[in-house]
Amino acid sequence: MALDRREAVQRLLADRGEMLVVSGLGSPTYDVAAAGDDDRNFYLWGAMGSAAPIGLGLALAQPAKRVLVVTGDGELLMGLGALASIAAQRPANLAIVVLDNERYGETGMQKSHTAHGADLAAIAQGAGFPVAATITDEADLDRIVGEIRSGQGPMLVVVKITAGEAPRVLPSRDGVEVKNRFRRSLGL
Amino acid sequence: MDATADVDWRLKIHPLLRAANVRQVAYVPDAGHTPLIEACHADPSMKAIVLTNEAEGMGVLAGAWLGGQRGAMLMQSSGVGNCINALSLTQICRFPFLGLITMRGEWGEFNGWQVPMGQNTEASLKGAGVIVQRCDDPDDVAPTVEAAAHLAFDSEVAVAVLLSQRLIGRKKF
Repeated sequence: MALDRREAVQRLLADRGEMLVVSGLGSPTYDVAAAGDDDRNFYLWGAMGSAAPIGLGLALAQPAKRVLVVTGDGELLMGLGALASIAAQRPANLAIVVLDNERYGETGMQKSHTAHGADLAAIAQGAGFPVAATITDEADLDRIVGEIRSGQGPMLVVVKITAGEAPRVLPSRDGVEVKNRFRRSLGL
Repeated sequence: MDATADVDWRLKIHPLLRAANVRQVAYVPDAGHTPLIEACHADPSMKAIVLTNEAEGMGVLAGAWLGGQRGAMLMQSSGVGNCINALSLTQICRFPFLGLITMRGEWGEFNGWQVPMGQNTEASLKGAGVIVQRCDDPDDVAPTVEAAAHLAFDSEVAVAVLLSQRLIGRKKF
């Protein structure tokens, strides 16, 4: 079984409160934008592999706020070492959701390593994440939403999604503006 | 370690980072940075963050800045090539970046494998839009790091300080 990516992200971000969100390049950025543009979203359009490390620096800087990284399997695979670096710091307020369609969606839907058996939740657990899980259905998703809002992290949740393409919802590509409005939303 | 190298410059950097209100220090270990890494770990006002790869540091420091904290990166010249694409963040979003880079492959280097990256460190950083400031004299380290921190955080630009292999001394095998 697998979930629809747009519905899953919509569910993750509904009633998000003060949660800070970082999206990995490609479809996760469009998914987060489709759930509703927000000053507290930092959208990546490049720097592949950087979503999780950005989440780490942000979670350490803002320990009283929840930080959610929404990224894809390909984006995370480019910087797997970051999982070990995050586990070493153990930021309790950081959650990473990996939208795993087992494909490199932006480049022609080539199979990624998860299609060949790589288990990202097991890798996170092996890196030292106290919480790591793979979910495939609505009931799991409902349960995990609460964990992401208030559970002790760092946590990594692989959400298995169908490989279809959703209509593109393109947020701003102006990195300076997206950065500055994010900081303003925190009173910086 | 070269007996003629001044060891004091290593101890001068941590107070300067503290004075610049640097709260996150991301690093990939280097022998030349050892006292500084230890001082950062011992400082309760700082998070010292060990990385598996220098590219992670660009993300960590960007995240720190998004959350209102200043960060610095400690690394060796051999790691510069690892973070070129991640340095897009500094250019396209104008995140400040302060990198303190110990040099290999340039002064009496024993290990030729360090030479290709060491000889291209400055050009690679400049190509990625980073301002490069170099220290060859131990007395220049403190003023250069202090000025680089101001430049990076006040002007919100990317600055790398290259700490010459001549400062660090030749690695003996």
